[in-house]
Amino acid sequence: MSKIVRTISNQLILFILIFGLYIIMHGHITPGGGFQGGAVVASGAALIIVAFGSHQVQKRLKERHLSIMESGGALIFIGLAFGGLATVFFYNFLVGSPVFGHIPPSGPNPGNIWTGGVIPLMNIAVGLKVIAGLSAIVLVMALASSGEEIEE
Amino acid sequence: MRRIAAAVSLTVLVALLVASAFLLHPFGNPPSQMDDYMIQNSQAETGANNVVAAVLFDYRGFDTLGEATILFTAVTGVMMLFRARRKEEGNR
Amino acid sequence: MTGSIPFNIPYLAVAALIGIGLYIIISKRNLIKLVMGIVILEAGVNLFLITLGYRAGGVAPIYTNVPEGVMVLPVPQALTLTSIVIGVSILALMLSMIVRTYRHTGDIDAEKSRRMKG
Repeated sequence: MSKIVRTISNQLILFILIFGLYIIMHGHITPGGGFQGGAVVASGAALIIVAFGSHQVQKRLKERHLSIMESGGALIFIGLAFGGLATVFFYNFLVGSPVFGHIPPSGPNPGNIWTGGVIPLMNIAVGLKVIAGLSAIVLVMALASSGEEIEE
Repeated sequence: MRRIAAAVSLTVLVALLVASAFLLHPFGNPPSQMDDYMIQNSQAETGANNVVAAVLFDYRGFDTLGEATILFTAVTGVMMLFRARRKEEGNR
Repeated sequence: MTGSIPFNIPYLAVAALIGIGLYIIISKRNLIKLVMGIVILEAGVNLFLITLGYRAGGVAPIYTNVPEGVMVLPVPQALTLTSIVIGVSILALMLSMIVRTYRHTGDIDAEKSRRMKG
């Protein structure tokens, strides 16, 4: 792509990344959450692949690292689900404890980020998984349609 | 012959869908016993302001687990379809 | 906007979308057009899930700085989120299989690539 497109997408990827991480992190107060924020960051990755070409991007961002990130997100999600096994599977065991466990006043209120129990941690795990999964799909399909194949 | 059967079955199906659009509940007040409980008690039991996130991760966490599995399987399938073929010289 | 939509019109829109999607799947031969028909069908089903849970004059079910009014039902919105992510995964797999079929046989016609040879 031309020089104007490459310069603008270099500056724009920073704001897209911060906006996506803000949507993931505030998922229990405002609309959003893991899936929505992960889709925003993956669209930023698609912008970089279109602007710079898939061969250049594949030198820095390999599929093995993306696969490790996705498996890590899935393992953190299942580990948090096993954490409340003393009562049932998927029990919210952090409500009441000082880590993430304030209880907000009922009715309309300005949101407090230290509420929610185990929900913000699950949002982060699902967000990692969606970022890595959608970026890997876009990268592999862009490489395949330009004539080269990935190795293992 | 096959085209006549396909056209007839498609017309019957769309007619049944339109007929059921007049038999559903009126658009604007749905029956809502379970959702009233979730709206009232989600701030005290889960501690989150966002009722949709509390439903997705706390009251109905198994659906999110199944969806994460489907996303993982799709990514594995796409990466497996575009793999380079090795030369058959003793590699498995 | 607190005026009510008369007479169940969103359900007729859902019936139209599902009918158009099914007609495309039955009667087209190009593989890319088949994929487009499946995506239109999925959009119709997602619209049906969302409009099942609407309360007239309602607000979003989030307690942070919420204005006055009744809240809409939260459970159909959670089910629609799951359905959208599943639709994206199926679209990715279908497009990858079309690319492989094109490299193997050379054309994307649904009638010609039915029999598998070799």
